[in-house]
Amino acid sequence: MGKIKSLDDLKKISKDYKKGLDLREKSSHPEELVQVKVAMATCGIASGAKEIMEYLDSELEKRAIDAVVTQTGCMGYCYAEPTIEVTLPGQEAVVYGNVTTEKADEIIEKYIKTGEFVDGIIPRNYETI
Amino acid sequence: MSGYSMHLLVCGGTGCRASHSEEIEFKLRNELEKRNLEDTVKVLSTGCFGFCEKGPIVKVMPDNTFYTGVTPGDAEDIIAEHVVLGRTVSRLIYEDPSSKEKVPDSKKMGFSKKQLRIALRNCGFINPENINEYIAREGYMALGNVITDISPEDATRLVKDSGLRGRGGAGFSTGLKWELTAATPSDEKYVVCNADEGDPGAFMDRSILEGDPHNVLEAMAICGYCIGADKGLIYIRAEYPLAIERLKTAIKQAREYGLLGKNIMGSDFSFDIELKYGAGAFVCGEETALIHSMEGLRGEPSLKPPFPSVKGYNGKPTNVNNVETLANVPIIFLKGADWFSSIGTEKSKGTKVFALAGKINNVGLIEVPMGTTLREVIFEIGGGIKDGKKFKAVQTGGPSGGCLTENHLDTPIDFDNLIEAGSMMGSGGMIVMDEDDCMVSVAKFYLDFTVEESCGKCAPCRIGNKRLYELLDHICSGKGKVEVLDRLRLMSEVIKDTSLCGLGQTSPNPVLSTLDNFYDEYHAHVSDKKCPAGQCKDLMEYFIIEENCVGCTACARVCPVNAITGERKKPHEINQDICIKCGACMEKCKFDAIIIQ
Amino acid sequence: MDTIKLTIDNKQLEVEKGTSIYNAAKSIGIDIPVLCYMSMKDLCIENKPAGCRICVVEVEGRRNLAPSCSTDCQDNMVVRTHTPRVLNARKTVLEFILSDHPKDCLVCPKSGHCELQDMAVKMGIRKIPGEEIAEMSTYRLDTSPSIIRDLDKCIMCRRCETMCNEVQTVGALSAVNRGFYAAVAPAFEQNLEHSPCTYCGQCVAVCPTGALTEVDHTPEVMTHLADPKKTVVVQTAPAVRAALGEEFGLEPGTLVTGKMVTALRQLGFDYVFDTDFAADLTIMEEGTELLNRLSAHLKGDKEIRLPILTSCCPGWVNFFETYFPDLKNVPSTSKSPQQMFGAIAKSYFAEKKEIRREDMVVVSIMPCLAKKYECQRDEFSVDGNPDVDLSISTRELAAFIKQANIDFDSLPEGEFDNPLGESTGAGVIFGATGGVIEAAARTAYEMHTGKNLEKVDFEQLRGMDGVREATVDFDGLPINIGIAHGLGNARKLLDDVRSGKSKYHAIEIMACPGGCIGGGGQPQHHGQTEILKARAAAIYTEDKNKKIRKSHENPFIKELYSTYLGEPNSELAHKLLHTKYFDKKKKIIVNQ
Repeated sequence: MGKIKSLDDLKKISKDYKKGLDLREKSSHPEELVQVKVAMATCGIASGAKEIMEYLDSELEKRAIDAVVTQTGCMGYCYAEPTIEVTLPGQEAVVYGNVTTEKADEIIEKYIKTGEFVDGIIPRNYETI
Repeated sequence: MSGYSMHLLVCGGTGCRASHSEEIEFKLRNELEKRNLEDTVKVLSTGCFGFCEKGPIVKVMPDNTFYTGVTPGDAEDIIAEHVVLGRTVSRLIYEDPSSKEKVPDSKKMGFSKKQLRIALRNCGFINPENINEYIAREGYMALGNVITDISPEDATRLVKDSGLRGRGGAGFSTGLKWELTAATPSDEKYVVCNADEGDPGAFMDRSILEGDPHNVLEAMAICGYCIGADKGLIYIRAEYPLAIERLKTAIKQAREYGLLGKNIMGSDFSFDIELKYGAGAFVCGEETALIHSMEGLRGEPSLKPPFPSVKGYNGKPTNVNNVETLANVPIIFLKGADWFSSIGTEKSKGTKVFALAGKINNVGLIEVPMGTTLREVIFEIGGGIKDGKKFKAVQTGGPSGGCLTENHLDTPIDFDNLIEAGSMMGSGGMIVMDEDDCMVSVAKFYLDFTVEESCGKCAPCRIGNKRLYELLDHICSGKGKVEVLDRLRLMSEVIKDTSLCGLGQTSPNPVLSTLDNFYDEYHAHVSDKKCPAGQCKDLMEYFIIEENCVGCTACARVCPVNAITGERKKPHEINQDICIKCGACMEKCKFDAIIIQ
Repeated sequence: MDTIKLTIDNKQLEVEKGTSIYNAAKSIGIDIPVLCYMSMKDLCIENKPAGCRICVVEVEGRRNLAPSCSTDCQDNMVVRTHTPRVLNARKTVLEFILSDHPKDCLVCPKSGHCELQDMAVKMGIRKIPGEEIAEMSTYRLDTSPSIIRDLDKCIMCRRCETMCNEVQTVGALSAVNRGFYAAVAPAFEQNLEHSPCTYCGQCVAVCPTGALTEVDHTPEVMTHLADPKKTVVVQTAPAVRAALGEEFGLEPGTLVTGKMVTALRQLGFDYVFDTDFAADLTIMEEGTELLNRLSAHLKGDKEIRLPILTSCCPGWVNFFETYFPDLKNVPSTSKSPQQMFGAIAKSYFAEKKEIRREDMVVVSIMPCLAKKYECQRDEFSVDGNPDVDLSISTRELAAFIKQANIDFDSLPEGEFDNPLGESTGAGVIFGATGGVIEAAARTAYEMHTGKNLEKVDFEQLRGMDGVREATVDFDGLPINIGIAHGLGNARKLLDDVRSGKSKYHAIEIMACPGGCIGGGGQPQHHGQTEILKARAAAIYTEDKNKKIRKSHENPFIKELYSTYLGEPNSELAHKLLHTKYFDKKKKIIVNQ
């Protein structure tokens, strides 16, 4: 990681990462990559998000699914932690709440593999600028 | 891919469930099976849509059709019309209340726009431990623009013009605060981020720091540029280990990129940030107490003036801003003051984050534009009251705020309206109460907190609050006479009028607002010795209903204080003078002969 | 000078910028009640935490009431000091404070001198609403050799903290715990005995209530007086005579030496002696030590450390033993006058009168609370028998006199007994800041030059400034003298000594602001510096009225040396009149 020496440097990094540089580093087919975000704020972790993240990470690899699992902050659905957001290639992100390892397994097998929704979707109820 | 071509999402939130959403699910599946469609269309239960007022909700995917007010009887039509024939069931389509137009597509409906995330915009979106994700969301761009193109004066003016007010509670103009600190000449100045979030139930600052730490760092650097400071301090409570860890990571990454440190982005501006830990004292959220605590002194407030903008940390001019306030700053620079001031009400611009808690279905963190009503927050975003109970009050502003009632539900939330209604914005805790909550006990709960958290420096707060608590306890235990209500008010007013800092000046608010809004409930406690909500144990009495009692003597045998007497096979009686209200008799009685009143 | 125009209670006035509302009101005869606030302007001591909220006033346009002690006047301010809103708030706040204060005024050591009691009287409080359900904040009683902390009576005025931390820089007391249970205590809530406390007693001197008081030793004194086998000898410190009268309603600054002597005799003391005699003796020893060190230094002896520091003040001795143990060979080794007196009384005088040591009891009357601790130090006893058995303060003596049915005012003037009752003007001025060094200068000058000192008044050494300095011409040899009173001021001079930057040959240090006249055992001054000034003036008057004003001219001192000690700093003098110092950092317990 080099120093950012000017505003132009910063803009370049911003542009690169907007195009998904991270994803390209992680996959040879970024356009087919499944993205999973686990809400890992205190509320999520307290409800077991760490375990879910580890589970998803290892299971997706075991099942040979081209996916990237990252952590993120609080989505606001504290009543339904742990929450994860799954984005299938070319589709809108879907949030699942109260995720257990069993539920995670179901999400992988049904939603991620076949696109079939499973119980426990948390409807998105806000707009972000 | 899956064999399902369509999904029917049925809201499984508590509100909708109370209106038979499970039965709707069942009926939908039935209808599908009847038509052998169960392998093509899947029925799902989801979390709350937050639109409980118009529940139960059924959403059809992939076309996003949004049915409201669905009953089990509508299941057949949804399957027969929509699923089979592809025709929307128009009677179930949401009608926009202002335009009276039917809006079938949920994406075009207003209710999902009730929430607007500005301060929380990156929370739950980016990985807080990856600076690149922040930069990809235009992170540090505001700082870069400011330090290369804008003078400190112009930048400060922009913040002032945006109308941003402090989110920590008092709502002081952020730009003006910066201007005052900038105007004090000094060789050294400090930017302090107040992350000593202490209101019971409030956790938005923690969430922002955990989910988007760079946002706050960037804002502090911008502030440093504006006021002429090259040092920033984040005062954070040690009980926030994850936030501390993420901040440390963020600071390290920003330093590695040269976004903190000397000559940021090749400019003359240098700025660095250090963490200072607090031990979690509520009073240290008061800026002078916070500064004393950072200096290694006892965390207690001192008289203002001098304000920190003149004499703060180490005696130098210091600008103290709350986390949420700072989280709004970078985006204001990116989108402009006009954009920000177009959101909200006349005097309160932008959004406010609330931590919804209490007897509400969707406990969580929400962010709404200023001017949103309490009703919208509680019933449309919060999903209404748990277990279908009746709404009684909402407490805003934490221990400094007040309890608002049904009459205030349509009040647009902003700094001034809440104060006028007898509460305050505070840091954004919002606790909802239902019919089972005793308002005297609620006031007592808050006083208990204040008594615990008073620093003890000034007499009215140190002793007065304790006396208020004792008097409330006295009332709850049924020993108070009607006259004590006047004493309660008098003490509250004097404590407000004479306390040194904001803690004592606002601590009687929960008492005064409940006295104003629920006087009858207080009166019932002291005159009738009754707790209408049935919460105050000392005011309850256990009775034996003569008709139901068979005289089995089970209750008398289990009573630890021998308060129950009576002959075998004849109705028994409880001696109220002896009864300690343990409830053992009621538990034991097999004939429902014992009741509480 | 910037001025500000404002209106207080419909009166218009003009004050200097930076004047508080309280002081502005005072200037036009409006006496706003204050409780925590204390200002000793001449000594630059101010305590205004704005904590008691008794002094609140109404300021037009302000949302809440303003504490007048710490709110500065602003232009066109309109202030009202006794509206119903103000009076109601003030009374309610006082009721709060009283509701958390024990009601044992009848048996409180502070009764009659308690500012809280006065305030309750002033506000006409007859009942404390809600008293029956009010919990009281309690704290364990802490008794040290000198001071008792009864925090149940603490009202959190924080005056003791200001004295201990800002004025004395001792740092033994600070606020601990929160809210209703907040208290003022040593770090880690240790007892005072295990804190850096020097027992200077300035916390006691300013405490408005009975939270901080002295350990009362009068019952033991009474027991000894009643014992026919005991010969009870009393010594009285110079500052006592300048303040004792205040306890009997006399004007501050009234000298009551003669009446005090008579009272002590009536109380049953067998010999009424004067610590001033021992002060003269101190000058002989300390003056000689100074000259010896000075001449060795002038001869180029690098082993000798200058300046020499006075060592009469036990609070000061505790202070440097705790904070500057590395400098413990710098102060004079001379004992304090109290201890010199004890040592001489139980040797020279006891032998002369053929009284066995164990049959003699030496009592001292002191303006000081650290003296109680000093006389209990191990090194000041022989086989477990202390040189000075008991030390009682000016306040305790006054109470003792009242208990003995003595009408103090009508007492005839008495004379001290001899041989240990005769003193010079030099001994008397020990009671005021600068007095010890002035007395030393009078004698050292003549010892060094062999010439007669014509003008004995060294005006340049007197005054109330915290740190003073003067150069005294010893016949061509300029002697640089430094004076500090208050331990915070002493610390400044000590830091220079430690770093080797000090330019002085001799430094006098007194722990208490004003010197012994402002001691922790003196009648309560309630922050009024005028009282301290009046006491100092009385001391200098006594000096002026003395026929002999140089210690070495005291005939009984001369006799003591010629018949017993030999000469100053002799071997016997060293044994009886000199001491050594210890590293006291170890006594502080910081673990929990």
